[in-house]
Amino acid sequence: MTQPKLTLSGISKSFPGVRALHEVSLELYPGQVTALIGENGAGKSTLVKTLTGIYQPDAGTITLDGKPVSLSSAHKAFELGITAIHQETVLFDDLSVAENIYLGHAPRTRLATIDWPKMRSDARRLLKDMGAGHIDAEARLRDLSIANKHLVAVARAMSIDAEIVIMDEPTASLSHKEIEDLFVLVDLLKQDGKAVLFISHKFDEIYRIADRFTVFRDGEMVGKGLIRETSQSDIIKLMVGRNVDHIFPARTPSIGAPVLEVKDLSHPTEFDSIGFTLHAGEILGFYGLVGAGRSEIMQALFGLTKPSRGTIALDGKALSLGSPADAIEAGIVYVPEERGKQGVVVDLPIFQNVALPSLKKTGRNGFLRLAEEFALTRQYTERLDLRAASLSQNAGTLSGGNQQKVVIAKWLATKPRVIILDEPTKGIDIGSKAAVHAFMAELVAEGLAVIMVSSELPEVMGMSDRIVVMRAGRMVEMLDNNNLTADRVVRLAIGAEEVAA
Amino acid sequence: MSNDAPTHRNIPDRLDSPLRAAILSWPALLLVVAVIIFTVNSFASPYFLSPWSLSDATFNFTEKAIIALAMALLIISGEIDLSVAAIIALASTAMGLALQYGADTPALVAIGIGTGLLCGAFNGALVTRLGLPSIVVTIGTMSLFRGLSYIVLGDQAFKGYPASFAFFGQGYVWWVVSFEFVLFLGLAVIYYVLLHRTSFGRRVYVIGNNATAAQFSGVRVERIKFLLFCLTGLMSGIAAVLLTSRLGSTRPSIAQGWELEVITMVVLGGVSILGGSGSIAGVVIAAFIMGLVTFGMGLLNVPGIVQSIFIGLLLILVIALPIVLGRLRRLRK
Repeated sequence: MTQPKLTLSGISKSFPGVRALHEVSLELYPGQVTALIGENGAGKSTLVKTLTGIYQPDAGTITLDGKPVSLSSAHKAFELGITAIHQETVLFDDLSVAENIYLGHAPRTRLATIDWPKMRSDARRLLKDMGAGHIDAEARLRDLSIANKHLVAVARAMSIDAEIVIMDEPTASLSHKEIEDLFVLVDLLKQDGKAVLFISHKFDEIYRIADRFTVFRDGEMVGKGLIRETSQSDIIKLMVGRNVDHIFPARTPSIGAPVLEVKDLSHPTEFDSIGFTLHAGEILGFYGLVGAGRSEIMQALFGLTKPSRGTIALDGKALSLGSPADAIEAGIVYVPEERGKQGVVVDLPIFQNVALPSLKKTGRNGFLRLAEEFALTRQYTERLDLRAASLSQNAGTLSGGNQQKVVIAKWLATKPRVIILDEPTKGIDIGSKAAVHAFMAELVAEGLAVIMVSSELPEVMGMSDRIVVMRAGRMVEMLDNNNLTADRVVRLAIGAEEVAA
Repeated sequence: MSNDAPTHRNIPDRLDSPLRAAILSWPALLLVVAVIIFTVNSFASPYFLSPWSLSDATFNFTEKAIIALAMALLIISGEIDLSVAAIIALASTAMGLALQYGADTPALVAIGIGTGLLCGAFNGALVTRLGLPSIVVTIGTMSLFRGLSYIVLGDQAFKGYPASFAFFGQGYVWWVVSFEFVLFLGLAVIYYVLLHRTSFGRRVYVIGNNATAAQFSGVRVERIKFLLFCLTGLMSGIAAVLLTSRLGSTRPSIAQGWELEVITMVVLGGVSILGGSGSIAGVVIAAFIMGLVTFGMGLLNVPGIVQSIFIGLLLILVIALPIVLGRLRRLRK
């Protein structure tokens, strides 16, 4: 048996309030592709950033060829021969193909200036060897398709003679044909004896290209093995893992009258013919992979994007939503996924964040009344058990979980009919997670209608009354959440065929 | 696991008292600077402390400061208007043209202010409707507005404004207190209330801090930005009336370079050039500082170019001082 090229053991990494990686291990073998599999938020990206020297692990060791190494900076990782090809390539759009390939290690003349003719001819030869001779070495990268940009990234990996190549969802935006071309290159890398780490959600790709797999769940390594000895269902079981209902509030759903009716909602590029009815007292979960179009639908319901077709009706009345202000007025509010950018204004105090959409109510004739703002803020933040030193503290100084409480308090203060939560517990600690879940249960018990977008299967299955599964901008299925298996939901979302029972 | 007995933790409204915050604020520091400059001036020149001298000093800054009030709001919201001086030129030219057709004083004032408002609306529409960066738009309209004024006037000037028109830029309300100065103080109070005491002002801050989050919270970002451009244009129109009245004539080069002095005033007043923070009190005190410095130096026969060097140094010093002190404090820790 071959020795691993690179070994990670006991790697841990925490961020304030979040434990991203907990004593994970990973081995990469020369001439083999190892697939890293896990749900969103399982810690895959953190691991990639650790490997490329962007994050420093809190604990654990990394050994390369049996010798312990420290990846103290991106440059160090690069010197040790580790390179990454990302989902959205991080190359330089305004530089030429040859410059992108040789940036940082360009051939030099005797005067230590860049040897341009040599660089260009080297780049041309390299691309030709890869079977990518159709790419002009002098073209600007901006003018290339995403697939060709990936090829340039691979060429760069070959040119620095990287021993370890990390491919982070490289196929996410490629066509079928382009994916095949990329796989030919991966085979090339294998033949060259490179160790490849391949991250993907797509099982057909993993089975097509990988030799080994490692599964992460909630920041822990939960299984590894050889692909050819393991079935899809075994891997899905590892991904989904734990018993899904143990941390979620028990509740007896009392579904009321229809509140929100969406019919044939479509967008030119993001989603197509979405239709569902949301009832009072109901939690409707939206599950799917990142990029399935869930957030885009929610932003259309919130008036941020204009749908090309379809209707949205609240209490039987058709809505025309030109802006979030219209949606809020109608009673639809949205807790966005990007909390720090879209949810809270980090440099303003808590009370100003909470009162922002309610200024008409707290103020009088357009004039502010601070006492009313503080009272409103206190009323809702106390209900959510916010932990803060004072209500005048800037929202950015709070932990992720408490920032989320500020956003939710802001919306509850507007007394909405429908509340849309987009990845409501992403990146927040366990305690706040439980508080948010408990609170969601409380809200629906009071007759509010809730839409929850989540990529965390346990959360979707633990909280929802019904689940909409989305894939590539379309609703695959609307499921009643009883006797559902996690297996089934994941299969629908990733498009893996059903195994005949 | 719902929480039947919610624990009532009492989170206080504030930790620091508002008074303490006010004492440590930027305007307070500026006030100290203003007092120092005032004291230096009164020792440096025997003429400085006479009431009429001080009254004359106010003419140095009131027109620019009136624009600075609106500019402060615009910069806090994350936008900027570099065309304000060109708006003065165009508004003044419009008044001069109207004068040729026999407009009386009320009509002249209305035309001056109206032209300013229209120019502001034009800037605002370009920025908010077409989504262009305001710095580019207003560099463009800066040339456009002043260019129009040059086309109308060439190397000529409009003169012969009616005697009643002279009051706005030359008249006194009471003893040494000029109309311009009273107008500035009145507008300063209005802008103070608008920025610090209304929902509109709160939204301006929110937009400047994070326009995306503002939009996601239901703030009509584009509408508010459009209104701020209109306000800045309106203030430029008012400044055009005051300046034209004070000079008694219109030349296309009128108010050349004022946009930078207005922006300097705003930044010196503690408004972040990146948007999101600042106060009217700071801008008002900064206006006084700039007026006192230029007038004091004028009394000492310091040439204009040296005065602007001094203003530039003052700006850098006042901006750098807190940053440098903060860094020293951190180094010591």
